[in-house]
Amino acid sequence: MDALLEVRDVTKSFGAVAAVQGVSFALHAGEAHALVGENGAGKSTIVKMLAGVHRPDTGTLAVDGAEVDFAGPADAKAAGIAVIYQEPTLFPDLSVAENIAMGNQPLTRLRQIDRRAMNANAERLFTRLGVRIDPARPARGLSIADQQLVEIAKALSSEARVLVMDEPTAALSGVEVDRLFAVTRALRDEGAAIMFISHRFEEITALCQRVTIMRDGRHVCTEPVADLTVDDMIRRMVGRDLSALYPKQEATIGETVLEVEGLSREGVFRDVSFTVRAGEIVALAGLVGAGRSEVMQAVFGVDRYDSGSVRFLGRKLKPGSPRAAMAAGMGLVPEDRRQQGLVMELSIERNVTLPRSRALAKLGLLFGGVERREAASWTQQLQTRLGRLSDPVGTLSGGNQQKVVLAKWLATGPRLLIVDEPTRGIDVGTKAEVHRLLSTLAARGLAVVMVSSELPEVLGMADRIVVLREGHVAAQLTRAEATEESVMYAAMGQPS
Amino acid sequence: MTAALVTKSKRPALSAGGLMKTRELGIILALAILVIFTAVNHPRFLSGQSIRDILLNTAILAVMAAGQAVVVITRNIDLSVGSVLGLSAFTVATMMSTNPDLPMIAALLVGLAVGAVAGLINGVLVRYGRVPALVVTLGTLYMFRGITYSWAGGQQVNADELPRHFLRFANASVLGVPWLVLIAVVVVGGVSVLMRNYRVGRELYAMGSSPQAAELAGIRVARNLLGAFLLSGALAGLAGVLFAARFGTVDASAGNGYELTVVAAVVVGGVAVFGGSGTVWGAGLGALLLTVIGSALAVLDINQFWQQAIVGALILFAICADRLVAVRIARSLRKRDSHV
Repeated sequence: MDALLEVRDVTKSFGAVAAVQGVSFALHAGEAHALVGENGAGKSTIVKMLAGVHRPDTGTLAVDGAEVDFAGPADAKAAGIAVIYQEPTLFPDLSVAENIAMGNQPLTRLRQIDRRAMNANAERLFTRLGVRIDPARPARGLSIADQQLVEIAKALSSEARVLVMDEPTAALSGVEVDRLFAVTRALRDEGAAIMFISHRFEEITALCQRVTIMRDGRHVCTEPVADLTVDDMIRRMVGRDLSALYPKQEATIGETVLEVEGLSREGVFRDVSFTVRAGEIVALAGLVGAGRSEVMQAVFGVDRYDSGSVRFLGRKLKPGSPRAAMAAGMGLVPEDRRQQGLVMELSIERNVTLPRSRALAKLGLLFGGVERREAASWTQQLQTRLGRLSDPVGTLSGGNQQKVVLAKWLATGPRLLIVDEPTRGIDVGTKAEVHRLLSTLAARGLAVVMVSSELPEVLGMADRIVVLREGHVAAQLTRAEATEESVMYAAMGQPS
Repeated sequence: MTAALVTKSKRPALSAGGLMKTRELGIILALAILVIFTAVNHPRFLSGQSIRDILLNTAILAVMAAGQAVVVITRNIDLSVGSVLGLSAFTVATMMSTNPDLPMIAALLVGLAVGAVAGLINGVLVRYGRVPALVVTLGTLYMFRGITYSWAGGQQVNADELPRHFLRFANASVLGVPWLVLIAVVVVGGVSVLMRNYRVGRELYAMGSSPQAAELAGIRVARNLLGAFLLSGALAGLAGVLFAARFGTVDASAGNGYELTVVAAVVVGGVAVFGGSGTVWGAGLGALLLTVIGSALAVLDINQFWQQAIVGALILFAICADRLVAVRIARSLRKRDSHV
């Protein structure tokens, strides 16, 4: 059988980070093909290359055996590839029918849009998909599930032969998933090639014939789904050597610092409970979208929660108030340090002393000398490599920026530090330094909550691991119990 | 031609635009109330001369509002239109005073061309400079104005230096309708149809509705964006010619501050500042409403400072109404959805 779409040895790097390295696989007509891998394995990059958003650095894509070079999404569309993103990409102000027809609207003789034909066309597509959506209503306000059906109708109307679906089920309920699958199966049986990305193995076994597994941007294997057990797939997804060293220091575990009990927020997380003690590093693990960051933001007071309680050092913490959390001795190092953690244009010293500017000020005025001394002491302790303290923070490397964020919070003398993805986008060397730092801090009696998507980091650093899955605690594992497999099993909802 | 196109497209719009239509209806209602109230107190408000003045004053504003509406629909803004009007007016007035034999059509074409070039500069800077339109066009606002000032050097072109046929154009009419008004109607109608019934128009709406999705959908975003700014510039250039013909006296400050009136007309006319919705003819109605308010206050002998306050209140009202309607629509759509 000839391949409808072939990915031939493609490589794509962003800066120094190789997102995809030498990946090849083929999609065939009438077949659903799963693409699986951990967070950051390079799946999304593959999708974007198929969509014409990114161009491969090396290697090629081929449609019907002929090499193609997509200059933009329009080219991919013209080649018959339709992509359904995790977040649907509709135009909320336009009607459903317009959304479907965008780019190839039926025209009258005067080259005007023939609205009647356009609406009829949408109606026909919905009938074929077996769903009821009013083509004339605006796309705004459609449920995610309906938006995805509109996206599929869009793909059908452009006569796409390859349908790429990037985690389409992440936000759907059980019934909606069934409906989506019925539609997808019908398309597959009509001869479309489906590429299906999902973290849910039951969906992959239910829908797909073959599976390609990726790990760290590389192709691991492509095999018939029937030949692999779920165990096999997970093992191949995570199976890497734990060569990177995680310097874990012994710490005396002290009193309980943080008690989170029954924390719930409608539609985001529910009934989340865990405790953190002094000197302990607790990792929050789980897949992207499991609600890890959301839980910690609620604990810190950045987001609200509907029910449950947060007790800090034995006292109930006022909800929804980061100021109260900070005053009580909590610090949060956010995931996106460029957006949330640092003021890029301000100097390093200013950034370090920002949360303490009130305490350092005399009579409401802040003198440069005080700031500088304070900043110098912390940046030295953290071995931050910098030119001058007065340089803008934006000039530092990612790893050193992260140290400045840490310095900023450590300067407030916290009892609990929440770090969200502390080593994202940081080179390997600095990564180890950040790890050593966190470990040292814990050894000195600081309680640390670490949200991380990187399993080796979680396993190497944490005393305990709280695994979240779809907003609730799926498992709590001690350091001794935790293995890559056991964490992955819990994160994916598979019985171990 | 436009008339035929409009009638043809009337029917199917209702469904999707039903709720948005209330906006244009609201303006018409406000206009009617204002006109009736003023006319009852001062019957001469409805005299032929008064109506003619209002329409002539609206024409220039409406032409610019049509272009601005297109730009705002793409989630951008063009603040340079007042300066483009000035540059075009001064260019055309100078040209006509030195070459009195040139026909009117030459003046119109030169005005359009000057504006088009200015608009293209805006578009290129916004798209390829990756600078927000607000900043780019604020810059070109001063730049174009500066060019006009340094060129004029304190001089002005007076009505007696301009050829007779050029000045007569402002007041001449076809079948009782002044040329200026006719041009405004054709521009607003034509651009409305372009935005409503042609692919490129819907793509511009799409770009404003979700810029990211527009890129992913393979819409030629760069071409369309340049087109939108070019149109806005060209129409401001055209407005410059109309301005010169109507007022006769042109100095370097012509059209100073017009950009804010134009933006006000567009916003009052129901074009959402965040793009994606609103109509060009709504913006035209907005221009008419603002002009009528100005005239009515003058007739009613209300201090003209009040006029600014009223326009300001109207803008705030328009924006609040938008939010309210948007929330209401979102709720009703969700409800409609839930039973499926």
